Amino acid sequence: MIFNPLLRKAGPAVMAALLLGAAPQAMMAETPADTLVIADAIDDIVSLDPAEAFEWSGSDLLNNTYDTLVELDPSNLGPLVPGLAESWELADDGVTYTFKMRSDAKFASGNPVTAEDAAWSLQRAVKLDKTPSFILTQFGFTPENVEEKITAEGDTLTIVTDQPYAPSFFYNCLTATIGSIVDKQTAMEHETDGDMGYEWLKTNTAGSGAYYLRTYKPADSYVLEAKEEYWRGTPAMKRVFVRHVPEPATERLLLEKGDIDIARKLTPVDIEGIGGNEDLKVEDTEKGQIMYLALNQKVEPLADPKVIEAIKYLVDYEGMASTFLKGQYEVHQAFLPNGFLGALSDTPYSLDVEKAKALLAEAGVSDLSLTLTVRNNQDRMEMAQSLQNTLGQAGINVELKVGTGKEVLGEYRAREHQIALEGWGPDYPDPHTNADTFARNPDNSDEAQLTGLLAWRTAWAVPKDIQDEVDAAVLEKDSDTRAEMYLDIQRKHQAQSPFIPMFQVIQQNALRANVEGFNAGGSIHSAFYWSVTK
Amino acid sequence: MAESTLIETSPLLRTARQVGGFLVTLAVTLLGLLAVTFVIGRVVPIDPVLAVVGERATTAQYEAAREALGLNEPLLTQFLIYVGDALRGDFGRSLLTSQPVLSDIARVFPATLELSTIATIFGVALGVPAGVLAATRPGSWVDQLVRLIGLAGYSMPIFWLGLIGLLVFYGNLGWVGGPGRLDTSYQFTFELDVTPVTGMILIDSALAGAWDVFANALTHIILPAGVLGYYSMAYISRMTRSFMMNELSQEYVTTARVKGMPEWRVVWVHALRNVSVPLITVIALSYANLLEGSVLTETVFAWPGLGLYITNALFSADMNAVMGGTVIVGATFVLLNMISDVLYKLIDPRART
Repeated sequence: MIFNPLLRKAGPAVMAALLLGAAPQAMMAETPADTLVIADAIDDIVSLDPAEAFEWSGSDLLNNTYDTLVELDPSNLGPLVPGLAESWELADDGVTYTFKMRSDAKFASGNPVTAEDAAWSLQRAVKLDKTPSFILTQFGFTPENVEEKITAEGDTLTIVTDQPYAPSFFYNCLTATIGSIVDKQTAMEHETDGDMGYEWLKTNTAGSGAYYLRTYKPADSYVLEAKEEYWRGTPAMKRVFVRHVPEPATERLLLEKGDIDIARKLTPVDIEGIGGNEDLKVEDTEKGQIMYLALNQKVEPLADPKVIEAIKYLVDYEGMASTFLKGQYEVHQAFLPNGFLGALSDTPYSLDVEKAKALLAEAGVSDLSLTLTVRNNQDRMEMAQSLQNTLGQAGINVELKVGTGKEVLGEYRAREHQIALEGWGPDYPDPHTNADTFARNPDNSDEAQLTGLLAWRTAWAVPKDIQDEVDAAVLEKDSDTRAEMYLDIQRKHQAQSPFIPMFQVIQQNALRANVEGFNAGGSIHSAFYWSVTK
Repeated sequence: MAESTLIETSPLLRTARQVGGFLVTLAVTLLGLLAVTFVIGRVVPIDPVLAVVGERATTAQYEAAREALGLNEPLLTQFLIYVGDALRGDFGRSLLTSQPVLSDIARVFPATLELSTIATIFGVALGVPAGVLAATRPGSWVDQLVRLIGLAGYSMPIFWLGLIGLLVFYGNLGWVGGPGRLDTSYQFTFELDVTPVTGMILIDSALAGAWDVFANALTHIILPAGVLGYYSMAYISRMTRSFMMNELSQEYVTTARVKGMPEWRVVWVHALRNVSVPLITVIALSYANLLEGSVLTETVFAWPGLGLYITNALFSADMNAVMGGTVIVGATFVLLNMISDVLYKLIDPRART
């Protein structure tokens, strides 16, 4: 290596520049006008393959690099808008869906998006059988039959389901990440051992979205580059740079200095701290996550309906939401988060120690000692301490059992908890996702191992009337009637189940004042970057 | 050792034997480390399969992933397979990043190496003179000051110091760059114009002649390196002080002084040379500690280094990543030990045998 003589001079010169000249420049840091810089915690990403990705920040990335057949509009979340399919219809038989593909969409490789790509992508997700595959397989697809059920001809994609489901249910599922359409040719060029490009797509993208992935450094950063031609029009932000910033206080400093445009993981303290800053703004979004208690029905006293009801009156919902959870959680007592079709917003329960004591007395229970399992993060620990206190007021002695996320999950799935303080995020933007897990349990035996269902995990044999209504709701054609059914299911669930939904998460995104059009996806979707201007 | 005093061996042979000895030490150390890490990884109550498949996986998907991870084999078989693969240079894939562990480490270790090296330079450049000054004037205000600074260094949480440093020097004064290794705009310049050679931004940008990137990287590294360097300085100055105090009470020092040798020469040349042998051990240890990666510093400064990587991996039971990281840390320790051995011999003629 030849030692560059410049280097020797550069050292002191740089130091001097640092102390004198460069200082004022550093104070007016600003992100490039055509680049969106976001600080977030992205170390949850396990895979970028749409057939496998199932984490929050991975879904954000994929929502901007892939398109689905039908999509949601970031300016009005709710009604479906055309994605890669310009029109779609359901035949009179109630099971045959046809999608007409748009002709102007291209993948990042330049290949046109065809019905063949769409069919292959959905078949692929079913065949790979990764964790989120149930979102598709619940319509009766199996690795064996999927090539007959999902077919392409010309510009038309045809999908045949096994039952006449509610069309809204089917379309909503197609907007989930697993419905992303992958560039077949590109993926197959990277195939190894018949994996349909799985290994390669874990860390690369091959979609038709507004952006493509230029660099990805796990748990560090990723850079998205806008495509020259996007069928919706080239996005205003040519690049999106997402940095992993694990410490909220650091994130806040970066935002205040203008080194980032959006901070996505600030704490309530930070949000309050930036309150008076005119260069910044805070946008609240209700997210889909529900915080709830699960009372294990294998633990004898907890199986008593009176005891369950008593505990529902021993949660200081308002007290927590107005103090240490302020701004980040709102009281929510039903299993469907606000924003979902048929979400119930009634909050019949509040802290009432006397009523709870009376109920416990009716149940003939005294000197109850229980463990409450909780993950070791701050919000949850504080909730657990509040619960320990309020349950204690009614004579229930609560011992906290703290563990890492993976430990706690292991115990819960093995049905070994007593009371678990848990969070649940919907898997796809349809009410069935939560109804299925909170209110269905076809076989309550230990051997059934229905670990994906929360009702099974907490050993609740769901009453037949509730379960039948859940099954009926996925078949209901009329959306309004369907919404009514979910409201009814939630009311019954609220009164009878050993689940105690307490809060819905609110995400507070802090933005530089000049950033417009950012949508974090609400409770039903992931973040949209392509709609941002500044 | 005894042998070599009897038989005159060629320097080449001696070097070969030293290298051989080093390799054996390295192999034994690493194997031991791996065994311990492996056992810990298998007894922690965290399920690595869940880390991959997530909550919603069906039992069949769970079992398929378990099988793919090789967790169905008996523990000893798993370990032997692992060591066998490792010998062929295959440390497996990280569960979290889906990347080969080696390429992950090649990405995160240079960040830590760069930071620790500059921090150690800070620590030595300030710590040694401070320790010497304090030792020559025991009880004086200089001594008290050095002790105070050292005490503060020991007792202040690094997390807090890092945040305060950022608030003051980045937030208020704007003297240094913010968290991360580069400004956003330079990040692109760096990725486009600079071919990664070492993974250390300062060196790579200098090699490519991208001086603007170099300057920007320097503004970013100076604060975290300063914070880490402060802790290493606190330790080094305290050790230097006590070594020097001991040395200055030796008879040869008195002799030198009686002979009228200038005091600076007595202290900085004669005494310091003699304390440099134990001092090298202290510095090497402190350097090695920094090279393990400082989780808290890396968190505060959003510095994508080895400490964060191993910690994240540990919490997710990503044992391939943990063991790969452990091997690197272990090898670093052994390597630094060897370097300090070589330095002893250069400095102390008695150690040359």
